[in-house]
Amino acid sequence: MARISRDTLRKQMAQQGPTSPVPVPPRQEAGQTASKPVREGIDVIVNGKRYKHTGDPAMPLLWYLRDVLRLTGAKYGCDQGDCGFCTVIVDGKAVASCGTKMEKMRGKRVTTVEGLAAADGTLHPVQQAWIDEDAIMCGYCQPGQIMAAVDLLSRQKNPSDADIDKIGNLCRCGSYGRIRKAIKRAAGAMKDGKA
Amino acid sequence: MSGEVRLSRRRFLKFAAGTAGGLVIGIGTVGAVDRPPPLGLLGDAWTQVGPYLRIAADGRIFIGVRDPDNGEGTSTSLARIIADELDADWTRVVVEPLGLGVTMGNGEAKFTYGHQRSGDATSIPAAWADLRQAGALGRWLLLQAAARRLGVPAERLRTENGMVLASDNRRVSYADLASTAAGIDAPASPPPLKSPDRYRLIGQPAGDVDARAVVTGTLRYAFDENIGDPVVAVLARCPYPGGTLDNADREAAQKIEGVYAVLDIAPDANQPPGMAAQAPALAVLARDTWSALRGRAALKATWKADGSPEPAASALEQQALQAFDDETIAPSTVRNDGDTAAARKKAARALEATYFQPWVAHATAETPNCVVRLDPGTSVTVIAATQSPRQAYAVVQRMTGFRPDQIDIQVPRGGGGFGRRLEADYIAEAMSIALAKKPDDIRNRPVKVLWTRDDDLSRDFYRPLAVHRLNASLDRKKKIVGWHQRMASPSALAGRGVPDNRLWQSELVPDALPAGLVPNFRSDWYPLPSRLARGEWRGSPHVTPTFASESFIDELAHATNTNPLDFRLALLGDARQLPYGGRGGPIDTGRMANVLKLAAEKLDWSRWLRSENGLGIACAYVFGAYVAHAVEVAPTNDGIDIHRVVCVADVGRAVNPLGLEAQLQGATMDALSTALNLAITVKDGKVQQTGFRDYPIAATQPMPYEVETVIVPSTAEPAGASVVAVPSAAPALANAVFRATAVRVRRLPLLRELARLR
Repeated sequence: MARISRDTLRKQMAQQGPTSPVPVPPRQEAGQTASKPVREGIDVIVNGKRYKHTGDPAMPLLWYLRDVLRLTGAKYGCDQGDCGFCTVIVDGKAVASCGTKMEKMRGKRVTTVEGLAAADGTLHPVQQAWIDEDAIMCGYCQPGQIMAAVDLLSRQKNPSDADIDKIGNLCRCGSYGRIRKAIKRAAGAMKDGKA
Repeated sequence: MSGEVRLSRRRFLKFAAGTAGGLVIGIGTVGAVDRPPPLGLLGDAWTQVGPYLRIAADGRIFIGVRDPDNGEGTSTSLARIIADELDADWTRVVVEPLGLGVTMGNGEAKFTYGHQRSGDATSIPAAWADLRQAGALGRWLLLQAAARRLGVPAERLRTENGMVLASDNRRVSYADLASTAAGIDAPASPPPLKSPDRYRLIGQPAGDVDARAVVTGTLRYAFDENIGDPVVAVLARCPYPGGTLDNADREAAQKIEGVYAVLDIAPDANQPPGMAAQAPALAVLARDTWSALRGRAALKATWKADGSPEPAASALEQQALQAFDDETIAPSTVRNDGDTAAARKKAARALEATYFQPWVAHATAETPNCVVRLDPGTSVTVIAATQSPRQAYAVVQRMTGFRPDQIDIQVPRGGGGFGRRLEADYIAEAMSIALAKKPDDIRNRPVKVLWTRDDDLSRDFYRPLAVHRLNASLDRKKKIVGWHQRMASPSALAGRGVPDNRLWQSELVPDALPAGLVPNFRSDWYPLPSRLARGEWRGSPHVTPTFASESFIDELAHATNTNPLDFRLALLGDARQLPYGGRGGPIDTGRMANVLKLAAEKLDWSRWLRSENGLGIACAYVFGAYVAHAVEVAPTNDGIDIHRVVCVADVGRAVNPLGLEAQLQGATMDALSTALNLAITVKDGKVQQTGFRDYPIAATQPMPYEVETVIVPSTAEPAGASVVAVPSAAPALANAVFRATAVRVRRLPLLRELARLR
């Protein structure tokens, strides 16, 4: 049988992925071209690359990232902005991407967990702290936790426990203790890095 | 070349040269050796043979992990069990999930990697029994290869961190020896395992092998897969058990931009729960998730309950209480020692208490989802987080009629399991969509099905609601001489082909303490009717009854003016072994007493009497692990504040103490959060909860910042870790709440009940 290996699949996916530079041509949909509204598109910068969204302006950023750009680091959790699994940074602030419509994203700069490490692969201090504290369990909420922590540390160089509590991202596995330690470790590393 | 080593009548090792000159080792079941192993093991790119271990010529060591990892840490711990026996350099180890190992043998499916079931903390004990042999054989073959290379007898060589060393300081790396080793015949009997004093990885802390992929967002959960540009489906499901579709505006859904089709999905009523789609549904297939969600909303689907709507919890509780009092109803008596009725007549004192627990949901972080790539008549690839790949296979095989070699079940890391992913309903549902007739333009595209959070909460396999009545008889010396527990619940095994007299097996454990400690002991189980889907929830037959029994023991201690720690230690008595029919036994009462004492000591139990805060304690024996929780609670104006939580565990040898600590902390947090806040409720025949606002799982208030853990050093056989710290946490909390507030909470969720009683 023609079994397809995981590596082959990944290569195929990579080829299908929207890594092409701007503007991303709107996907042609057979049989729907006639009814498709004409839109000028929404320019958005994701992890430093420019994209143009020509689909439904009401589409949440989460689904644009995941389904259109195929950036799957931000996770789906609840559609209500309650869990924080989908947290990304928009113009320097953490937002729940599930509740952020693309029409609000015109000209905005988005950073997802995929865009956090340096180009040479050096991890962001928050990512490194997560590894050093072994803060992941199932790991599913952690990209969102990490983006929320990056946001917090951009505002609070030395966050208190109360500051960390305000993040409010859920961890179903209950890794809160280690997440707290990782945030404090990252805060220390970022201070040292700038000193 | 290939060869085999007989390990026992049931298992043997097999090994063979890999395609690139590496050494490849696996464990198989008898009979599979004559057949070429299935393609697709360990990613195809490296080898076609042998799943567990491959040493590549560049020095990397690939270790395949057979059991699904939904956050239990098995990717790390199982790999380290193999790597330690091999004496591998851990920094060169690459871990890959294996997916399902299935092949055709004698006309039927053979599962080449064993059970591959991730539930009830089974992975580590099973790996301890066989996976160490894979590493030991690898090490033995490398030693023989080095002996030839260096001209020194193998007995005079030793291994260390990926190298073979001779006494004259010559050394050869495993990478250099791999191809030679692959050409050496295996010994006639299994090579010896390491002596434990030589472990370098087992017992040492290790971070999760997937950590870097997780923190960079590159780890692909099933829902992150986009093979072949899949069509995305979301479903509108009937919320009423046994209900049907009333009305839906399919045209409105079809008109939504990006929607391809609306399909009717019907459950297969002939299948047991978990083996077929749960409910009648309309599936909206679309270009992307957003379009599918918009299409589903546009359906404005309405549903009809059938004649007998699912009762609310209060109605089931009434039935339970009536059954307990009705002597004409014969329960399933799961254990009966001595004569509890006679003991009661003679007792100096008799006490009774009734406890109530609600339905609870799993609410895995990653909601159920499944990707199916079907090539009709040829092959199917299913990508899904599951705790039971074999269950997934059974569903896919039934629905396609394919041979094992046509079915590829891929099991990426899952975003939490907790028992939810033991069920394959979401896989069957995705298969129904993949197999359904679809419009031409999407006919050959893969399908990816997403459950939204409200889908997940309203159509879970819930932990059964339960009512417990406990009666104890005490003699004049405050000793428990009689114990009669009655439990009523809708069995999670109902409808699954289990005879009525075995339905209790998913609900309680016959030999759970204090069985064996009380001369007259009886445990009865009564069925309750429900059509909500039920399932396993983090060791639920331990969790649910332990809340009642460990609360009740605390009540008995209070009633006799005894310190509850002393009361428990007296109950356990001298260190001895108690027979235990379940997995992990016998129970060593000395190890149980030890974890209780350590937990008390850590919380500074000497404050118990005078502290303004309430101190509570409880313990449980779970799958071979001994666990105690001690909790300190302060009363507040509007409830409680949990100041400290201590968890002490003796799980035998801790394979990865860092991973074990995480499991203990996480399970404790989950157990406390569930006990404090969570209930699934039924109203008008359907589940009411829709999201984290009305099902606030893993809420951090009023939890402490940290769960303090103590891992008891032990050289006993390792037990599992993933669920063992659930059962005793909630009763320790309730016992502390009693000391803090003088309110005995016998109904969960605790905070709601505490507010009602105060």
